[in-house]
Amino acid sequence: MTRRTGMEIAFAAAEAVALCKPDVVAAYPITPNTHIPEHLSDIVADGRIDADFICVESEHSALSACCGASAAGARTFTATSSQGLLFMAEVMPIVSAMRLPVVMAIGNRALSAPINIWNDHSDIMSQRDTGWISVFASNGQEVVDMVIQGFKIAEHRDVLLPLNINLDGFQLTHVVEPMLFPDQEEVERFLPEYKPYATVHPDRVVSMGTLGMPEIFNEAMKAKDMGLINSKKVILEVWREWEEQFGRKHEPIEAYRTEGANVLLLTVGSMGETAEVAIDELRDRKMPAGLLKLKLWRPFPLEELRKAVKGAKVLAVMDRAVSCGGSAGPVCAEVKSALYGEPGCPVIVNYIIGLGGRDVTAEDFIQIVEKAAKADKEKPKEAYEIYGVRGS
Amino acid sequence: MSIVENFDLYAPRLADKEEYFSAGHRACQGCGEALAIRLMCKALGKDTVIINATGCMEVISSLYPTTAWKLPWLHVAFPNSASVGSGVEAGLKVLRRKGRIPDRDVKAVSIGGDGGTVDIGIQALSGAMERGHDLLYVCFDNEAYMNTGIQRSGATPFGASTSTDPVGSVSFGKKAWKKNVAEIMVAHNVPYVATACHSYPIDFMNKVKKARKIKGPSYIHCLSVCPTGWRLLPELAIKAGRLAVETGIFPLYEVDNGQYRMTIRQERLRPVEDYLKLQGRFRHLDPEEIELFQERVNQEYKKLMSKIECLPSWSDL
Ligand SMILES: Cc1ncc(C[n+]2csc(CCOP(=O)(O)OP(=O)(O)O)c2C)c(N)n1
Ligand code: SF4
Ligand SMILES: [Mg+2]
Repeated sequence: MTRRTGMEIAFAAAEAVALCKPDVVAAYPITPNTHIPEHLSDIVADGRIDADFICVESEHSALSACCGASAAGARTFTATSSQGLLFMAEVMPIVSAMRLPVVMAIGNRALSAPINIWNDHSDIMSQRDTGWISVFASNGQEVVDMVIQGFKIAEHRDVLLPLNINLDGFQLTHVVEPMLFPDQEEVERFLPEYKPYATVHPDRVVSMGTLGMPEIFNEAMKAKDMGLINSKKVILEVWREWEEQFGRKHEPIEAYRTEGANVLLLTVGSMGETAEVAIDELRDRKMPAGLLKLKLWRPFPLEELRKAVKGAKVLAVMDRAVSCGGSAGPVCAEVKSALYGEPGCPVIVNYIIGLGGRDVTAEDFIQIVEKAAKADKEKPKEAYEIYGVRGS
Repeated sequence: MSIVENFDLYAPRLADKEEYFSAGHRACQGCGEALAIRLMCKALGKDTVIINATGCMEVISSLYPTTAWKLPWLHVAFPNSASVGSGVEAGLKVLRRKGRIPDRDVKAVSIGGDGGTVDIGIQALSGAMERGHDLLYVCFDNEAYMNTGIQRSGATPFGASTSTDPVGSVSFGKKAWKKNVAEIMVAHNVPYVATACHSYPIDFMNKVKKARKIKGPSYIHCLSVCPTGWRLLPELAIKAGRLAVETGIFPLYEVDNGQYRMTIRQERLRPVEDYLKLQGRFRHLDPEEIELFQERVNQEYKKLMSKIECLPSWSDL
């Protein structure tokens, strides 16, 4: 039976992983994800799950060990943040190219310097093109759901790709929230045992990770890219199954009060919950504004986005990372290229907010919507604005 | 002559006839590293998973869609064969415990070149050994980054000319001494550490077999002659390996639970010059530099001998 329990979301993520009975967990501490592996190691130490917890000496080794364990046929999990993710960077595209369904939680945190332990999305955005499935949670319940769904999606025979679940550092990792936890039997009904396609074992000898010459490299990259694009079908299928079994709906882009909206906000991660408050307030003031919460980042939901923005005059995209010297923040650049040439495409404006843990309030979103509403008549001079910079 | 005639009679007792590292790979003529790998695989046998760091051996053996490996083989990157190996070992152990793979002992063996071991991979290696995985690590030390064009590594010997620390009008090549990773492994309290060389095939294979049996971490440092990088005729590769041992530059010993034992003893050490003069990478050394080299070898050899004489096994303490 499903139970509702209040706990810190990082602990909840670990509990959700435990429900999936991983075989090998390898992780290295870095704030703000640390409570996830800490709590998992408690679970292992108490014998609640039969798994090996490898206390590696770096994040590079954490992902490398997951890679080895997954190649041996084990269900594997790791978690990290920020500099830790960058330390894993070398191994990130290898895990996906080798089609190893490693699942990772990322407690999103700013990249140094200045060193800063608080939230933004510069860590995952730097790893955007590595071939991982990437989802963003906006609250604790979604974290729990996405972890359990994550193993099913990643390990699906038509997918076999690594998957990361992004939860904002502190805003989510350290917040206590009441969440529904499915019980063990329900999870087992939903999530089948992992049946790997090929493993390193003497009973069926294979070479994995071989050298690819130019003659086959395009084909290898095309295969990986197609694998990721095609994974969307499975993601949608798994989310439908989830809704049937647990009654909670998940969509690539979740719309909030978008009926007749002239101005749409598009958010990623936990700021979506704050933005809802702003939209309610604006609607009370008879301002036709709505909200799109992007949950599926890779593969990018092109069709869903095109459909979701239909009828809006202005689309204000919120980014929580800077693409220094570029044309827009990473989310906005993606949105613009997805909508380029679409008939009736709204005017797109881009605000970069909440860097390095800077607080984002409902009032900020109200101001942004009010400002963005004017973009319809007069396009802003700058391609993007880093919002709320003091002294500017 | 008689040895060759009787080869089939006695060789199978010394080495597995099965080839797990097949011919047709793309190593240079006379490559000591490829030979050493072939010998290692024979000693390990079928129930083995090889985890290979990036380097010459990965490149010459795995050009897609071909492979030289008849053992399960996994390559991920350059610095991490020890951490990938940790994961393979943990994965096999848990899956066996849970009955998801056959209940049989399969050994994870991580391998890497000197660059992948003593430099960029030393952190992963140290971590794996400290954690005590049931993992054998074999370093194939050809004393430079050969795959990328003979650049200097921490294992390059004093005085050698490499493409990043070359001899020049104001330089004689490498000024630092070779890093001794076998000793670093001993300091990790690894239960079995050994040095080896393909020029002593039976000694090497015996050490691999011994390490294979250890339930826990073990480490073998195998000097592997690279004719291409050492500027040496391919037919002299075996001889060069023997001279490294006979001069005391690379003594063959093992450290079994802390107890040192010389496995290939020398009555008298040959002068280092016998070894150096064979190789183009040392050709520029003048008598003074050779003398420095000789003194250092004498000193290191004495240090090793004193350990052999004085250090008891941990179990006797
Ligand atoms: C992170 C990283 N840095 C550098 C390289 C380039 N690289 C590939 S193999 C290699 C040297 C390998 O040297 P060694 O480990 O001694 O093996 P050998 O080729 O000599 O057998 C280097 C520098 C790489 N692949 N990855
Ligand atoms: S460069 Fe040296 S180590 Fe590499 S394949 Fe050739 S001989 Fe072997
Ligand atoms: Mg080398």
